[in-house]
Amino acid sequence: MNLQNIINEIEKVDPEVYERLDGRRGALKNFSKFSGKVALAALPIAFGSMFKKAYGKGSSVTGLIDDTLNFALTLEYIESNFYIKGVASVGLIPAGPGLGALTTIRDHENAHVNFLRSAITSLGATPKTFVAADFDFTAKGTFSDVFTNYDTFLAVAQTFEDTGVRAYKGQATNLMASNDILTAALNIHSVEARHASHIRQMRRARGASTVKPWITGKDSGIGAVVQASYNGEDLTTQAGVNIVNINGFTISAAAASEAFDEPLTKDDILAIVTPFFA
Amino acid sequence: MPTQNSSEKDLVAVSDGRIKSLSRRNFLGYLGGASALLVTAAACKKDDNNNDTGVDLGSGDVGILNYAYALEQIEAAFYTKIFDAPYSGITTAESALLGDIRDHEIAHREFFKTALAGSAIPALTLDFSSINFSSRDSVLAAAKTFEDLGVTAYNGAGKLITNPDYLVLAGKIVSVEARHAAYIRDLISNGSFADSTALDANALDMARTPNDVLTLASTFVKTKLNASNLPTS
Repeated sequence: MNLQNIINEIEKVDPEVYERLDGRRGALKNFSKFSGKVALAALPIAFGSMFKKAYGKGSSVTGLIDDTLNFALTLEYIESNFYIKGVASVGLIPAGPGLGALTTIRDHENAHVNFLRSAITSLGATPKTFVAADFDFTAKGTFSDVFTNYDTFLAVAQTFEDTGVRAYKGQATNLMASNDILTAALNIHSVEARHASHIRQMRRARGASTVKPWITGKDSGIGAVVQASYNGEDLTTQAGVNIVNINGFTISAAAASEAFDEPLTKDDILAIVTPFFA
Repeated sequence: MPTQNSSEKDLVAVSDGRIKSLSRRNFLGYLGGASALLVTAAACKKDDNNNDTGVDLGSGDVGILNYAYALEQIEAAFYTKIFDAPYSGITTAESALLGDIRDHEIAHREFFKTALAGSAIPALTLDFSSINFSSRDSVLAAAKTFEDLGVTAYNGAGKLITNPDYLVLAGKIVSVEARHAAYIRDLISNGSFADSTALDANALDMARTPNDVLTLASTFVKTKLNASNLPTS
């Protein structure tokens, strides 16, 4: 990232940018040199505070990123609380590899909550906070046995992970203003996909024979109740290119849909997760 | 979300070899004059010092797409070769899902080839002599290397992309690579889908620069690749 380029571009639309930021061009150049030496993880903090200070809360520069990260944080809270309660539910998850994997995933989601809280705080914004009582993982009775029936629990877990992947994918373009925050979000996005793959393998091993580590068509292997999380995944044309049998290779419609995961909008995601709030 | 129309226009531009200017124009069009996202374009000026030789991946978004195309060439060829003579003891389930992965990687490779059209790098000469294709352990270890590397490559490339449509496309592919990586890892050792060899202490996957990725991949690629014109930030 070339900080001076960024400042120069902003100056074209906001001639006051130097005064807002610091008032001294030389100081910014020093910051630029300095930023090359600090740990990458610290960069969002430094940039965040600088622009936040300059433009105030809710400016177009930082407001979108704050909002997007708080949206991601909300989803991580849902997942985190879901696995915390699942792992703590006596008799739900058989001891062995399944319990190990779900404990690992629980810990990852907790770590994501903490990471996003720190990132949002470092930008000068306020992270949202949720507690266990904020959630209803039966989704108003739709999954009434979610914490007593292991297969229901895994079905909801799969849906959360696949939906999480689609949510991060859909928000990536909102984070392009910050290389470091975009990269961090991408680095979470692929972890959610690893989780989804493993949960799907667990379901497959328990008899959901049509479920693979990847999403085929728009099939959930669960039922109509979660269909909103899978609609649109059956796309077989990318950027105007038909993937089925592309360039003479035998690529089925199923494989073409599996090869590309599809994003969902924030509104779509919110509609999906709203029933899970108490 | 990008519309189908804009994607199709991009594709036409790619085949005309005018991708860079159109990407820029589209990019600015998305943003409007005062948008904060404008800073991304400014931050992505490439390094013009190019004394390297070899196949030039190109610059800007075309360079990044060619970089992805190179990686998908490796993966697709690797999984295709597995099926020339599957390792002994391959199960029906493994064969089916590894066949799926082969098809996904071919789909990725051919997508990039088609999208890049006249700007695409040629087919690479690959070298899989370090892999024992009759050994399950050797094949799965290589698969794990390729899939984990692919995840870190796409994660690291995201910030180098200026056209939002291409960022979304990279996102559509990287999560599938992560699904592959988790499956292969679980085949090697159940439960290792996202262990500490892949994730950092915050449970985030890692991101690698193109130079780091291409260095790690160079064992498998005979064709010399020149990444010196790729954007670096």
